[in-house]
Formats: sequence, C-alpha cells, structure tokens
Amino acid sequence: MSEAILSVENLEAWYGDAKVLHGLSFSLRHGEILSLIGANGAGKSTLLKCVCGLLPRKTGTIRFKGEAIHALVANDIVAKGIALVPEGRRLFPSLSVEENLVLGGQVTRPGPWNIEAVYNLFPILKEKRNAPSTSLSGGQQQMVAIGRGLMSNPDLILLDELSLGLAPIVIKDIYALLPRIVGNGLSAILVEQDVTRALDTADHFLCLQEGRISLEGAPKAFTRDQISVAYFGM
Amino acid sequence: MTWVNTIIQGILVGGLYALFAAGLSLIFGVMRLVNIAHGDLIVAMAYLAWVIIQVTGMHPLLSLILVIPIAMGCGFALQYGILNRTLGKDILPPLLVTFGLSVIIQNGLLELFTVDSRKLNAGTLETGSFPLLPGVDIGYLPLLQFLVAVGVIAGLQYLFYNTALGRAFRATSDDAEAALLMGLDKRKVYAWSMALCLGVVAIAGVFLGMRANFDPAVGPGRLIFGFEAVIIGGLGNLWGTLAGGIILGVAQGIGAQINPGWQVLTGHLVFLIVLAVRPRGLFPRMDG
Repeated sequence: MSEAILSVENLEAWYGDAKVLHGLSFSLRHGEILSLIGANGAGKSTLLKCVCGLLPRKTGTIRFKGEAIHALVANDIVAKGIALVPEGRRLFPSLSVEENLVLGGQVTRPGPWNIEAVYNLFPILKEKRNAPSTSLSGGQQQMVAIGRGLMSNPDLILLDELSLGLAPIVIKDIYALLPRIVGNGLSAILVEQDVTRALDTADHFLCLQEGRISLEGAPKAFTRDQISVAYFGM
Repeated sequence: MTWVNTIIQGILVGGLYALFAAGLSLIFGVMRLVNIAHGDLIVAMAYLAWVIIQVTGMHPLLSLILVIPIAMGCGFALQYGILNRTLGKDILPPLLVTFGLSVIIQNGLLELFTVDSRKLNAGTLETGSFPLLPGVDIGYLPLLQFLVAVGVIAGLQYLFYNTALGRAFRATSDDAEAALLMGLDKRKVYAWSMALCLGVVAIAGVFLGMRANFDPAVGPGRLIFGFEAVIIGGLGNLWGTLAGGIILGVAQGIGAQINPGWQVLTGHLVFLIVLAVRPRGLFPRMDG
C-alpha cells in the first residue's frame, strides 16, 4: 500500500456560528482519485476549501506529504503542490485564456505540465488563446480552469463540481480526458453531483451527510441501496 | 485665438491633473481602495523633493531619481504595514484610516516646515516658452508636464497589460480569493500597487512644486482634482483618467476665461454634470 499524500484528522470547520464539518478524518494515497459525494450543503466544497487554505479550520490537522498545512494560507499551500479547480470556474475576466493559464503557472514546480501540454490536452484553447476568458463557452471555460490548475504541476488536484452547468456531451468529453489529467501519479479529490459518474471515476469515495462521513470505502464494496441510504440519510 | 489658447493651456494643465489622478485610479482599480490621503501624499513628496534639493542642490527633475524610489518604498511599507489590515468587505475602515493619515501628514508637515509656502525652483524651465500659433505660446514646463503625464499613463498601461505584475494586479482586482489559489500573495500585490501609486505621486508632487507654491494644507484640493479627473474619465480606465484630467483642465480654463472667479467652480460643475449623466464616467472600463 502506497503512502498517504493527504491525511485529515478530526477536521472541524465553521461558517460564523454554524458548524459545517464535524470532526472528519480520512486519508488519500498517492495517485488515488477520491470522490466526495453528498447532498447540497453536506460540506463537500467546504472540505476542499479547508484543504486548499481558503477556509481556516477550527480544530483538527491536515497533513500533506507528511507536513502539517492547516495553518498555511492558500497561496503557500499552492506552492506545496495542491491546486483547486473551483466550483463555477472563477476565471479572471480581465485576462485572456492564455493569461489565465500562465497565471496558473505563477508557482513554478517541476512536472510535465506547461502551456503547450495544456494546449495538447485541450487544443481548442490554443485557438482561443488570445480571447477573453469570458467569451468562451461553459465547457471551454472549464477546460481553462482545469488547465490553470494543472499549470502549477500539483501533486494533488481538487476538482470541485467539474460538471456544474455543462451540457452532457461536454461533461462526457471532459471526463474522457480525466485519465490523462490525473496520470503521472497525480492524486485527485473530486466533488461531483453526478453520483454514478463520481463512483465510476473514483478509487475510493467519501459520502458526506451534514458535515459527517456517512460512508466511505471502495465504490464496488457497497450496493446502490447502501450508498443511497448514506447519501440521503434514509 | 484667445479661446484656442485657453483650450490648449487647459489641455496642458490637464496633464498635471492626470498625474494627480493616475495613482488614485490605479489603487482603486486594483484593490477598490479610496485613499483620502492621496493629495497630502502628493504634497509630502513635493516637500521630500524640496529637502533633497536643499541638501544636494539638484534640479527638481533630477531629484526624482531619489524621490521616486523613496516614495515607492514608503508606499510599499504603508500598504503592507497599515492599509492591508483595513481592507475587507467593509469599505469604511480604509476611508477612516486614510482620513487619519491625511490629518497626520498635514500636521506633520506643518510641524516640520511651518505654514510658509515653498516652491521647487526649476530655473528657466518655468518661464521658457515657444510660440505655437500667433497669440498661443506653449510653456516648456506645462508641455513637459503633459508629456510626462502621457508617458506615465502609457507606462502604467503597458505594465498592466504586458507584464507579470500587471497580470497579478488584474487577477487580484478581478477575484482576490481566486488569485490566492494561483499562489499570489494579495498583501504583496496590493503593496506593489501602492508602491507604484506613490512612484506616480512623487512625479506629481515634483511637478506640483515646480508649477506653483505649496504648503501643508493644499493636499485636499489636489485630492479633489484627482478624484474629479478619475470620475470624469471613468473608474479603472487609465487613458480615461488622462481624458478626465484634460476635460477638467479645459473646463477650468474656460471658466477662468469667462470670469477668473469661476475657474475652479466650472471644473466642479463639469464633474457634477458627468456624474449625473454618466455615473460611471465617460470611458468606464469594459469588463465582464
């Protein structure tokens, strides 16, 4: 069994007075894809925000490659090798496609990803390299967001709602490229509303319910009914 | 020909107003910070140049070699050490802190330099001129001031759209949280933008000092002219800021030509008309 790249222990997070994560503990191994599933408000995106440093945790520890990162700010965590592809893409509207990608490589870490590699993965982006990022279709914007995340050559990529707002055909295309994206030993945490797709893609999954882990393990180890109960709580 | 002269002189004065405004436009564009102390910082830099000139005997323009880097260092420290702590969802803390800074700068200058007015002596540059048309003479100093303003705006524009620092400014302005995810330290990005702003402020201060007398109390007036130029030109648009400065300068010139007492008033009226008709200014930045 390979070593854990990410380990989370007793993680608690709050939004103001509301406790959103209740003592989560899990680990992710090198090269593994972990899917986070759960209903809206279960705490999936919050967990990603804690891991990448956008939301300070209240208690608990987050270790990345053995190093505690829970006290670091987001820009330092990127330099450690964690990239977030955020929900809703959050491209920079005043930057062109290429500028968005170049900015993703602001943190220079060794690895296979550079602008040409991203253009090889998504050839349409090369054609639109000088276009404002906001002029692209939703699917193309998601490609920019993924490419931007890869440009820092992360060891762990957090993919938040990849399929949100995209046409089924576009989602299919993006997921078809996922093996190329997470190849080369890159680990990934995937938040996805489409449970079937999330479980088909993952080596391991966590089902969250109201900020607690209701089920975890390998997707094939559970029946649909077991997962459904864990997901809906009934 | 009198009116042609009035308009040309107004355009040249507009260059100075654009210099007052460029720094304001820059920091508002990057971090939505309205710096109430901006005018006082311009005056403080004029005093800094005055001190350097007294000590070294340099020409005011040459003093910029020292004034600009000192100003940029002060700007970086001011933002990193103080103003970054005030930035957040509430717009009031930076307004209050920069208002306090304005009071401190004015009183500090008063304590150090007294209420006596000063001037930076630029020698023949101040009085020299050449005839452009019959009845229209162009002063070397106003012309230089205008060309420098155009150069500063062009330089800032280039920096914003062709350099990594400019990319960081635009990204942080678009979405500061997403910029963190790119590894950008927004505290440093903001500090660099204030350093750049103070570099422009240093140039504005030296031209202000060469053009007219200054004393510790003239800062708020320069702030008003700067604000008006930014608002007229359109928030976040650097070339618009230059246009705003020119429009303000021409309006003041026309007002003064009609009645010398109407000079400042006419500028304010044009500002109010633009604000009423086009609240985002004449050339607002086009963004998503």
